[in-house]
Amino acid sequence: MDVPILKQGPYLIATVQSALTDADLLGLREAIVTGVGRHRSRGVIIDVTALDVMDSFATDTLCEMAHMTRLRGAKTVIVGIQPDVAYAMAHMGLTLEGTTAALDLEEGLLHLDRTLVSSRPR
Amino acid sequence: MKETTEAGEATCVEIDSDRAIVAARQRGRAMAVQIGFTSGAATLIATAISELARNILQYAGKGEIVLQPLERSDAEGITIIARDHGPGIADIRQAMQDGYSTSGRLGLGLPGVRRLVDEFEVVSGNGSGTQVRAVKWRLR
Repeated sequence: MDVPILKQGPYLIATVQSALTDADLLGLREAIVTGVGRHRSRGVIIDVTALDVMDSFATDTLCEMAHMTRLRGAKTVIVGIQPDVAYAMAHMGLTLEGTTAALDLEEGLLHLDRTLVSSRPR
Repeated sequence: MKETTEAGEATCVEIDSDRAIVAARQRGRAMAVQIGFTSGAATLIATAISELARNILQYAGKGEIVLQPLERSDAEGITIIARDHGPGIADIRQAMQDGYSTSGRLGLGLPGVRRLVDEFEVVSGNGSGTQVRAVKWRLR
């Protein structure tokens, strides 16, 4: 199942709609990394509210995506990790190293807005 | 050792694609909820199944996940068995170390699964396939 990606101003917003297979996750990473170039995006939000499980593959793939977009000049924020999913990730010892997490889409957008303003040349 | 009995039908999910990983963890979550696990514990179980199923696909190409409801005097539980006839794990102790991976990724798979469940054992040898058995209990 393809994850829809929305362009909103300088940001790309990807909203996961259901459980993702490994191929779906890799497809999402590819689409985001190329999308950042096509739309000259400065920030990316991945909304994982609907994700049932964040296992080591999903976590690794999202971390790699964040790293790759950073190398292309965009910042990634992961939003919407559910309490049960956070519980399982903490139990397993999975972290989203090198990425930023925010509560929901609203908080994620605020975070990107603040980051972009503070990095703008005076 | 308290006596453990099977408490209901086992479910077997063939693991031969990444779609099957999702199917297996969804079946596991449904069974866990039916047994009476909280949604948090059901997510731990689904995550463990996801890791074990991916190990099968990655290292053996195919295999199966068997889910079995359990019962003992003071608890209900679920057994997850992950079975394949792949190359096996040459060094189980090494595979159980955090950060160890032959796939180039983070290697939190098996040690991570062990942290999600109450009982965990791996039976494997070079060339004889791998069987992982994990049990999660819910005390009454």
